[in-house]
Amino acid sequence: MRYSGFRVIKEALTGHKGWRPTWRDAAPQPDYDFVIIGGGGHGLATAYYLAKQFGQKQIAVLEKGWIGGGNVGRNTTIVRSNYMLDGNEPFYEFSLKLWEGLEQELNYNAMVSQRGILNLYHTDGQRDAFRRRGNAMILNGSDAELLDAEGVRAMYPFLNFENARFPIRGGLLHRRGGTVRHDAVAWGYARGADQHGVDIIQNCEVTGFRIENGKVLGVETSRGYIGAKKVAASVAGSSSRLMALAGMRLPMESHVLQAFVSEGLKPTIPGVITYGAGHFYCSQSDKGGLVFGGDIDGYNSYAQRGNLPVVEDVVESGVSLIPALGRVRLLRSWGGIMDMSMDGSPFIDKTHIEGLYFNGGWCYGGFKATPAAGWCLAHLLSTDRSHETAQAYRLDRFQTGHMIDEKGQGAQPNLH
Amino acid sequence: MLINHPLLGPRDASEFTYLGDASLMNRPDWQAENAVQAFHDYLYLRDNPAGLHRELWFHEQGDRSWLLVTRNTLTHEIVSVEMASETRRSGGAAQ
Repeated sequence: MRYSGFRVIKEALTGHKGWRPTWRDAAPQPDYDFVIIGGGGHGLATAYYLAKQFGQKQIAVLEKGWIGGGNVGRNTTIVRSNYMLDGNEPFYEFSLKLWEGLEQELNYNAMVSQRGILNLYHTDGQRDAFRRRGNAMILNGSDAELLDAEGVRAMYPFLNFENARFPIRGGLLHRRGGTVRHDAVAWGYARGADQHGVDIIQNCEVTGFRIENGKVLGVETSRGYIGAKKVAASVAGSSSRLMALAGMRLPMESHVLQAFVSEGLKPTIPGVITYGAGHFYCSQSDKGGLVFGGDIDGYNSYAQRGNLPVVEDVVESGVSLIPALGRVRLLRSWGGIMDMSMDGSPFIDKTHIEGLYFNGGWCYGGFKATPAAGWCLAHLLSTDRSHETAQAYRLDRFQTGHMIDEKGQGAQPNLH
Repeated sequence: MLINHPLLGPRDASEFTYLGDASLMNRPDWQAENAVQAFHDYLYLRDNPAGLHRELWFHEQGDRSWLLVTRNTLTHEIVSVEMASETRRSGGAAQ
C-alpha cells in the first residue's frame, strides 16, 4: 500500500477500514540465503538495501524482542556528517545524503528535519580545531560554516555568552545536519523490507551459531534452528555477547548512555546545539520536549539505565550553557547500551568465520549511520567487498595499526 | 553506586575513575614468542561479560588506591571489593 495525502483523505471518508499492518508477522522458514541478527535500524536497513538495491532474495531479520525496541528507539535522533578523519567523514556524508532522500525512497514520513547543528567553541584553540574539522568536512563534500560570537548570538540569543570561565566565542555550523523521528526510521525500513519480501521475525533470540570447518551453516534460535548461507550480526549494545557465541572476543566494552527529555515547551530551540566546554547536546522535538544528553556513565553496563551523578553532570552542563533550562522540568530519562570500541569508530567487516559478518562498535553514533551502515553491510554481504566509504571499518585495524581515533584518546573506550 | 572501600568504608563511585577489565593487571611477557599478538589481545580485546565483571577502579579523589571490584553489569550490584595491590601481592590472578 502506497501512502499519500490522497490515501489519507480516502481512508478518512471510508472509516479507516483500508489500512493494513505495516509489515507481516512472519514465521521462520527452515532456510534463508541471508539471516540478519538484530531488528534495529541497522538490521532493517541492511535487509531493505539487500533486497532493493542488491536484488537479493530469501532474507530474514531476527529480532529477540520487537523491532525498534533497542537503541534505534533510545537515541537523541540527531543526524550529522561533521567528522574529521578520512576513514569516517566520507561514510557519514554518504549516510547524510541517504537521509536526505529517505522519505521519498521509503514512501514513509520519517520527519527528516535538516535544522542545522551548531558546535560551540569557547577558546582560540578550539576555534582552530573546529576550523580544521570544518575544512575536512568541506573537502569530503559536506558543509560547514564557522560563526563568530555575533553569528551565534543572532541564532541563539538566550545562550550564556558571558560565562566567565567558558565564554562563547562562536561555533561551527553544519546546516545539513538535523534530526529524524527515530521510531519512524525503524518502521519505515521494516515496511520497505517487508514489501521486498524480507521476513521480519520478532521474538526470536539467537542462542548460538552452527559452525563447521570454519564456515557458518545457520543459527540456533529460541524458535528453532534456521539455516543460512550468510549471517550478519547487527546488534549494537549486545555485540560482545552475541559474538562470544561464535567464539570471538571483540575490541569493545558495553557502556550505558543516558538521554533526557523535558516537559513540552513552546518552540524554543530551532536547531541542535552542542556545548564545547561540557559534554551536552540539545534539540527540541516536534512535540515540544527538549531532548538532551551528555557523557556515558563510564563503567561497563548492560543495564539500560544509568546513575544519578551523570544526570547531575549533564543537567549542570545544560544550565551553564542555557540558563533558562533551570526553570524547565525534566520529564523522563532513560539509558541505552553502547558498543564502545577501542578507538571510538565502528566495524563493518567479515569475520574469520566464512559466511559470518559483523556490524557494530558504533559507540554513541549509531543512529546517524543507519542508512549507510545498512547499505554498506548489504554491499559487503552481497559482493563480499567493502563499500568504498566503509573500507576503514575493519575488525583487524588494531593489529594493522589503522585506528580511526577522532578524539585521540587511545584504547580507553569510556573516553570516546 | 557505593563502593565499599576495604580501608575507608562505603564511598560514592563518583570519587573514583574507572579503568576497565581487571585483566589489565596481567601484562603479557614482552620477551615471549607471541608477544605482539599477546599485547594486541591484552590492550584491545575484552570479554565484556553481561553479568559478573572484575574491574579496576582508581580512588582518585580519595586515598589514590586501586581497587578490584566485582560488579554485576546487568544490575550494577557490587559483590566484592579488594585492594588490587593485595590481590597482586598474594599472587591472585586478576582473572
